[in-house]
Amino acid sequence: MERKIGETLLSVDHISLSFGGVKALTDISFSIREKEVFAIIGPNGAGKTSMLNVINGFYHPQEGEITYKGVHRKQMRSHEAAVQGIARTFQNVALFKGMSTLDNIMTGRIIRMKRNLFWQAMYLGPARKEEMENREFVEDIIDFLEIQAIRRTPVGRLPYGLQKRVELGRALAMEPELLLLDEPMAGMNIEEKQDMCRFILDVNDQYGTTIALIEHDMGVVMDISDRVVVLDYGKKLADGSPDEVRANQDVIDAYLGVPH
Amino acid sequence: MIYREAGQFKTSYKSDQALLPIAQDRFFVMALVAFAYIVIPMVANDYWLNSIFLQFFIFSLAALGLNILTGYAGQLSLGTGGFMACGAFSAFKLATSFPDMHIVFVLFLAGLITAAVGMFFGIPSLRIKGFYLAVATLAAQFFLLWLFNRVPWFTNYSSSGVISPPPIKLFGDYYITGTQATNLTQYFFTLTLVIVLALAARNIIRGHIGRSWMAMRDMDIAAEIIGISPLKAKLSAFAVSSFYCGIAGALWAFLYTGTVEPLAFEINQSFKILFMIIIGGLGSILGSFVGAAFIVVLPIFLNSAPAMLGLKLSGSLVTHIEFMVFGALIVFFLIVEPHGLARLWGIAKEKLRLWPFPY
Repeated sequence: MERKIGETLLSVDHISLSFGGVKALTDISFSIREKEVFAIIGPNGAGKTSMLNVINGFYHPQEGEITYKGVHRKQMRSHEAAVQGIARTFQNVALFKGMSTLDNIMTGRIIRMKRNLFWQAMYLGPARKEEMENREFVEDIIDFLEIQAIRRTPVGRLPYGLQKRVELGRALAMEPELLLLDEPMAGMNIEEKQDMCRFILDVNDQYGTTIALIEHDMGVVMDISDRVVVLDYGKKLADGSPDEVRANQDVIDAYLGVPH
Repeated sequence: MIYREAGQFKTSYKSDQALLPIAQDRFFVMALVAFAYIVIPMVANDYWLNSIFLQFFIFSLAALGLNILTGYAGQLSLGTGGFMACGAFSAFKLATSFPDMHIVFVLFLAGLITAAVGMFFGIPSLRIKGFYLAVATLAAQFFLLWLFNRVPWFTNYSSSGVISPPPIKLFGDYYITGTQATNLTQYFFTLTLVIVLALAARNIIRGHIGRSWMAMRDMDIAAEIIGISPLKAKLSAFAVSSFYCGIAGALWAFLYTGTVEPLAFEINQSFKILFMIIIGGLGSILGSFVGAAFIVVLPIFLNSAPAMLGLKLSGSLVTHIEFMVFGALIVFFLIVEPHGLARLWGIAKEKLRLWPFPY
């Protein structure tokens, strides 16, 4: 089945970000199109995670502009980005350790749940109805990710691979338009990686979610992404389709080094 | 063997998300409530009703309030005593300014006023965390007590600085405060109030507001990224927590002691309630009650134990032994189960499900 890649969803124009004297990102521009799988790659310390943090409003760049769904923005708090449909997962799992898998994923529904404290305190009528509707949505995600058996388990007790999956579930519960995945496959074995790839492609396929991911496994990146941008030392080296990027001399130099 | 949910199937999410999804739990809680409503009033004397049960209920309510803030939302607070005082004094002002107001409204409004005050003192939590926040809430403790001590308007210009709530009727001829109030009326009233408020707290916590608190507690950055506003989550936790503490303070002044001065709510009280939730279990409604029972009942038991055993010891010796045993028990429980007595109960339930098999 041919996926339909649409117009530009998010574009990043001339972003520069520095912490004191350290320049994390310098003059970066690229754009992410609707319904594509977009990968950000680069060696360690290239500024990939900083880039994601800029996109979802966790860092505020000193220069440059972000256009999301046709709206320019300079500064935005993270929770506002969430309301606008940007979800993300973290490199080192950032789940709510004390809560069960179900509760963690239900937390992802918070932006959709509006009943106030008084309804909630009585747990009758609208509050209960809202809870049940969202529970049904979450159960679909649990089925989708095949984690039915660990519904009630506190996430702190789960193995790493499953924690990553729960975190993906929590991000999906937000019904995002743009899903940012920070190294979704770090530290996984080959089977877990295959599972995760399948989930990412299925999300893209079934929900039509645009995905921007950071990954170090080149095999995975070249396989699943439609387009790739390469960062090195906070600068953009190249972007384009996986094949174009693979052939780019700057990228080869950055990854393999150059003779001196 | 007895505690098993085998065969109890749930066919809807509604029944799966019920308060007590397991039939044995439902039965146990109903039996407990029936016991509290029927058996205790029949057998307990005035001393038990007033000094033990009333005190226990009020402390449970305050512990519940602090547990919402510290256990569920992860914001350490040492201002509980100050918020209780705020509830007591606002209830006093309300009851004396509007003598016809029903006690339930007095308590509810006093709770709301305390919630507003709590939200104000919760503002620093948006910037600071952990021990630093604890110090900031200490400011609430000291400032509020200073205010009620120094500004005579709060005590209706009483020369001693002591407030005595006016006698209020609950309904008909039944007084709830003042000398005509019977211990039994007060017992039933407080018991009902505690059950209603504990249910409300449980409902808030299992809903999206409670989840936003726990998310904020467990990982604040991730919480913000999935769309929880820290401002809303933290201040609502302060508000709800202070609401409970305010009502507990008002009950303390109106029902338990009858006359009260700001000193009754000093820092020791805050620490006592903090101990209750640490021993009972952070982030557990049951823990608030167990912790309160532990701190309220155990000293009384220790005090009377030598006499029951027939030992003739001097009063001061008994008091010293009480302190030592009490301290040792606290240390013992913290070592055995740092997550509190409620966690012990949880482990027991897990084991009971499989008993007599180990796993």
